[in-house]
Amino acid sequence: MKKKKSLKRVLRYWPLYLMLIPGTVYLIINNYIPLFGLLIAFKKVDYSIGILKSPWTGLSNFTYLFATNDAFIMFRNTILYNVVFIILGNLLGFVTAIAMDTIKNKYFKNFSQVIILVPYLLSIIIVTYIVYAFLNPTNGFINNTIIKPLGGKGINWYNEPKPWPFILTIVYLWMSFGYSSILYYSTLIGIDKTFYEAAVVDGAGTWKQIRHVTLPCMKGTIIILLILAIGRICYSDFGLFYQVPMHSGLLYKTTQTIDTFVFRALLEQNNIGRSSAAGFFQSVLGFILVVTSNAIVSKIDKDSALF
Amino acid sequence: MITNNKAFIVVQYVFVFLLIVACIIPFWLLIASSFTPESVLLDSGYSLIPKQITFDTYRYLAAVSDGVARAYLMSVIIAAIGVTTSLVMTTFYAYPLSRKDLPGRNIISFFLFFTMLFNGGLVPTYIVYTRLLNIKDTLWGMIIPSMLMNAFHVIMMRTYITSNISDEIIEAGRIDGASELTCLIRIVIPLCKPIMGTLGLMTFIAYWNNWTNGVYYIQKRTDLLGIQNYMKRVLDSITVLQQQVSKGINVDASQIPSVGIRMALAVVGVLPVLIVYPFFQKSFVKGVTLGSVKG
Repeated sequence: MKKKKSLKRVLRYWPLYLMLIPGTVYLIINNYIPLFGLLIAFKKVDYSIGILKSPWTGLSNFTYLFATNDAFIMFRNTILYNVVFIILGNLLGFVTAIAMDTIKNKYFKNFSQVIILVPYLLSIIIVTYIVYAFLNPTNGFINNTIIKPLGGKGINWYNEPKPWPFILTIVYLWMSFGYSSILYYSTLIGIDKTFYEAAVVDGAGTWKQIRHVTLPCMKGTIIILLILAIGRICYSDFGLFYQVPMHSGLLYKTTQTIDTFVFRALLEQNNIGRSSAAGFFQSVLGFILVVTSNAIVSKIDKDSALF
Repeated sequence: MITNNKAFIVVQYVFVFLLIVACIIPFWLLIASSFTPESVLLDSGYSLIPKQITFDTYRYLAAVSDGVARAYLMSVIIAAIGVTTSLVMTTFYAYPLSRKDLPGRNIISFFLFFTMLFNGGLVPTYIVYTRLLNIKDTLWGMIIPSMLMNAFHVIMMRTYITSNISDEIIEAGRIDGASELTCLIRIVIPLCKPIMGTLGLMTFIAYWNNWTNGVYYIQKRTDLLGIQNYMKRVLDSITVLQQQVSKGINVDASQIPSVGIRMALAVVGVLPVLIVYPFFQKSFVKGVTLGSVKG
């Protein structure tokens, strides 16, 4: 009797369930089926007999992957770049947010908010064009306008792996600082003004206010952004590492990340075994990291946790 | 912050001013070099103030309007279909989720949320779309993979509905005999215009800037590629563009500028986003800040 009633209750909502169908189908195709596809990493894929019938090979794809130096290079690069990006990106965003809060001139403030988000809107292709205008070895801006007048010899940037960690970090910061500044700024303006007034009454100067009012109030946002970023430490912006160095093979040492490796192995070398093995690591490690980091957040501050 | 520390304030103004300069200069370089004659570029490289100004690059670009305009049109079509479908799907998913009385709401919510935590990555996704759905070298390859519905956007919209539209309004509509669909169209959607604007803008920029789908899923049908992929091909090999220009206006391909014309193309490619952005800047900032708030 009770069952019948609950079924009736569910049926009453049928139009709402109907609305959920397109999205559900899309999530199944785009997200859930590929999850099962991760098992490809344990198979020797033979398209002629189909993926389902292809034989299982145990860990051979992984031993094959880790037998070369490639695996070490891409994991090292991905994680190191992310560590640098997280630290510098958040620092720059935070400092910019404080600067924007200090500025009282309304027009200058609005203007700066409009401009600093522009690089974030550009596609990575446009960014590559801009970087190319700077670094193009024959007539780029850096070689011709900066190095040569100083008497130096032009550098063949796209053949020289050493400067790329710096170049990519600068490009990353240029592209993303507007976004993180706006994020921090939106938390900053939410801080209750009476806190500052109280601090001033107690004799706090500018630095003391930042240390004892601003920082504690922003702690939640900073921690969440940091932990979310740590959860994504195995992922990299494919465009930044593939397109901006103009997929130059000579730069792999400093530009190869897991994402560029997976792409190259899959579509350029047609080596699905190594590609899926690297991708498997990325997905599973990424999942573990997100869940762990979230567990840590909810330990520290239950309200800040993502779930 | 309350401060009378003059030095501190001055430093902050200078700092922000420098950041603005840092944002503008690379851009300025791009625009300036697109107006610089090839001979000057090859002779003294790019510079912020060109010694001579030319419109040749744009004239040559107009000659290949075939290639450029086609890619442009494809980008517009892809973005239009993508944004519309995406908004409909997002609304259709977010509205039922916002209804606290819906049985099974938690399961549906988790079904969505889980996709944000764990994903299969490129290899399985690529195989699903190319082997299972066969969308390689079709227009759908540019539109569907990874872009059509964003779990983040669904959660943003659901949060917007639950915090801005009270259950009573919808309940009242239901009592008056409106169907669920009528409720959605007549009551919820009109009240959701601001969030739909924000999400629409973010989706538009995502589609306009997307180039990975073109690289992954389009191999032979290069006529389906949008402006980003067109620019990528020109960047990878200038000969593509030179050949098209020389065919268009009967000039020897080697005479066509290789550097300036690329930059002119980049300027043309970035225009739509730059034109749209100032009008929706407020809405975009709202999207950025909303995105940071968990669902």
